[in-house]
Amino acid sequence: MLANVWILPALMGAAFVIILFFGKRLPQGGWWVGQLAITACLVLSTVAGVQWQQREKVAVTHEMEAEQPSEAGSEGEAAIGLTASRGFAIQAAEEEGSEALRQPVRRLVTWYSDGNVKIELGSHVDGFAVAMLFVVSFISFCVHVFSRDYLRDDKRFVHYFASLALFTGAMLWMVQSATTLGLFFGWELMGLCSYLLIGHWWEDTNNAAAALKAFLTTRTGDIGLLIGIIILFFASGHSFDIAHTNYLALSGGIKQSLLLVSACCLFAGVIGKSAQFPLHTWLPDAMAGPTPASSLIHAATMVVAGVYLFGRLYGVFFKGFSIAAGGMNLGAWIGSITIVMAALLAFVQTDIKKVLAYSTVSQLGYMVMGLSVGAWAGAIFHLFTHAFFKALLFQAAGSVSHSGSHHSFEMDRMGGLRKSMKWTFGTFTVGYLALSGIPPFSGFFSKDEILTHAKENHFGLAFAAGSIGAFLTAAYMTRVMYKTFFGENRLHLAHDDHGHDAQVQGEHDTHASHDLHDAHVAGDEHAGHGDEHAGHGDEHAGHESNWWILAPLVFLAVPALLVGLLQWPGKYWFEHFIANEVFEETIVRNGLLRTFTWSVAAPSIALAVGGIVASGIYYFVLKGDLGLVRRFAPARWIHNLLKNKYYLDHLWTGVIVGSIRGPIAKAAYWINQNVIDGVVNTVGKGSAASGRIVYKYVDQGIVDGIVNGSGSAARDGGGILRILQSGRVQNYAALFLGGVGIIALALALFV
Amino acid sequence: MMINQFLILSAFLFCCGVYGVLARRNAVLVLMSIELMINSVNMNLIAFAVRNDNVIGHVFALFAIAVAAAEVGVGLAIVLLIYRNRRSIDLSDVAQMKG
Repeated sequence: MLANVWILPALMGAAFVIILFFGKRLPQGGWWVGQLAITACLVLSTVAGVQWQQREKVAVTHEMEAEQPSEAGSEGEAAIGLTASRGFAIQAAEEEGSEALRQPVRRLVTWYSDGNVKIELGSHVDGFAVAMLFVVSFISFCVHVFSRDYLRDDKRFVHYFASLALFTGAMLWMVQSATTLGLFFGWELMGLCSYLLIGHWWEDTNNAAAALKAFLTTRTGDIGLLIGIIILFFASGHSFDIAHTNYLALSGGIKQSLLLVSACCLFAGVIGKSAQFPLHTWLPDAMAGPTPASSLIHAATMVVAGVYLFGRLYGVFFKGFSIAAGGMNLGAWIGSITIVMAALLAFVQTDIKKVLAYSTVSQLGYMVMGLSVGAWAGAIFHLFTHAFFKALLFQAAGSVSHSGSHHSFEMDRMGGLRKSMKWTFGTFTVGYLALSGIPPFSGFFSKDEILTHAKENHFGLAFAAGSIGAFLTAAYMTRVMYKTFFGENRLHLAHDDHGHDAQVQGEHDTHASHDLHDAHVAGDEHAGHGDEHAGHGDEHAGHESNWWILAPLVFLAVPALLVGLLQWPGKYWFEHFIANEVFEETIVRNGLLRTFTWSVAAPSIALAVGGIVASGIYYFVLKGDLGLVRRFAPARWIHNLLKNKYYLDHLWTGVIVGSIRGPIAKAAYWINQNVIDGVVNTVGKGSAASGRIVYKYVDQGIVDGIVNGSGSAARDGGGILRILQSGRVQNYAALFLGGVGIIALALALFV
Repeated sequence: MMINQFLILSAFLFCCGVYGVLARRNAVLVLMSIELMINSVNMNLIAFAVRNDNVIGHVFALFAIAVAAAEVGVGLAIVLLIYRNRRSIDLSDVAQMKG
């Protein structure tokens, strides 16, 4: 299985094609095709995990390297030509007593070769990849189950499942890629899929705008990624191979300055994709998509892709950012800022999904910060645990809105749901405690490991930011708990305004007509809601979702509760599972690997509990009604600052885009007026069309401007050329002969 | 062996062909003019082949004849279809491909 992990993305790709082209004709919109494919992926990735665990550890020696490049796999996979990455073998052999490692299973296919450039695609499977494959399959499996009921009556049900399959497939493809080029394909495919899913209900302009924003913002970072990949391609001697690049970076085969530049470029991609400050603004807007899609984006695909890239090309980042030297580097700064900034923003959101979105941004900050302070295993473990509990939280929020709060995500219109939605409440609580970092829930172990590394590797600021973040996380999640599940029931308010998820049910009209009546009648609408909802009592208390929705919550709650134990202090099973050469060569070799210590864990637990207590007192005891914001001016300023998301959106759209739009558009206008128009006028055609386009150009901002610019250039060029296309054969023949004449003349004169 | 006379003749034939292609409006005559050009080129090929005692020129001319036959077959078929549809083979009328 380890050599054939390409089957996983292939399965999802096949499911995508089948659903897209035949979904409408298949029973139940073909959702079961996706479900079957993802179930198969889950089984296969589990098998891969077991095989990896059973794989022999091999201490790499010179003999190995010389005689047996394809070392023995447990399943006789050696026959397929799996080569241990040779570079590391040499280096490891120089140093006696290096720890035995499971060698990665590699399989490369030459895509094409041209002269000395050989472009390869293939899979590079090690413990890190296997763990990721498993978590992606698992989350996606739960999302598929959840979506079946959640989007039951959606009119683009089929397309939704097609996008979901492609999304998962792209992530699986990216995870197993052995080359940066293959990784980039998966990366871009995910960008596309996120665009499709966020804009799933594109009839609402806001949703379409959010999708576009997500697409363009991540694309901004992707430019950096692409440049970084190209730099590394040339720096590593015309190779896209990740293992080779890592080896060269760590063995000094690439100059430090070059590594710094390429690490910064790649990091731009990480910032965009993993929603780090300052490009995080797209992620909260991405809540416009269906909740299970948000769950997938936040837990298993898309945003963790950036972190995965960071961990995968860790050799480049490690050397480029000089992590071994200590001192705050770019990644640690960005990660730390993101943690605190996003956690603060989560306090002023009234939409439960947006709180969770900012929480994701903050947790991704932990991962980026962790990777930048030498907590490679810790950050990846945080990615792993976060996937489970964040998917759980999102799906629980989806369950609340689906059944409890009349398709609204506004927390002001929830409250008191713990009695009517026992399962949702219970599972949400597990996610809440895991996210807050309360032992023994999973989030504690991973967050603690990152904090330990930050402290003991002397990244004081990062440690401070992480600790503040731990406090804030616990506090804002307590706020969510209170507003959603405790306190007075404010569900009747939900009838005034239905959240953006309302389209799912197509019940807008029923809702609207009920609003006119006494609110007591409102329960009737549930009649059309599905037979499983028939038995609810009080219509304003909300009611529990059915088991299509609850089952994934339970599936996710179990790992959210338990996976933390995989990093039990002293045992570190997870770390041993994912350990690879890069880990050995960077963290272990430089003595940056730290172990559990109470001196970090105890304050971190205290901070988390403190956050819960502080927030608990504010909301549960004082009922959140101190009127601070109204009475106290500084509090009001802070509140406004947070409400406006630090004015970052204004900075992007107003200041930066505006200032670019002015001069560039003017220059473009001038060129259009004086150069293109001049040509066009002499030709006498197409000047009217061009004039219209010139006007639009100024009108519609920079992005449209560039798009239209290329369009108008093509159009004007076409305008000139179309004169030649008279349609008369003899004109063509004359031109042809004229051309031949010129060539003949040139030959006669110059050759 | 002097090849001047062959070259002059073929240049003359080629020019006739060019004139025919560019100036005539009858599609069949244009096709015939094309044949003229092709054959003038063939004559050049053979003249040089004989002078240099090289068989490649002969082979090339044979190929050119075969290709010309195929080309004129396609060309006549097109002309026939145009005639069926329009009752005319005046090339100046056929300008549907105007861009």
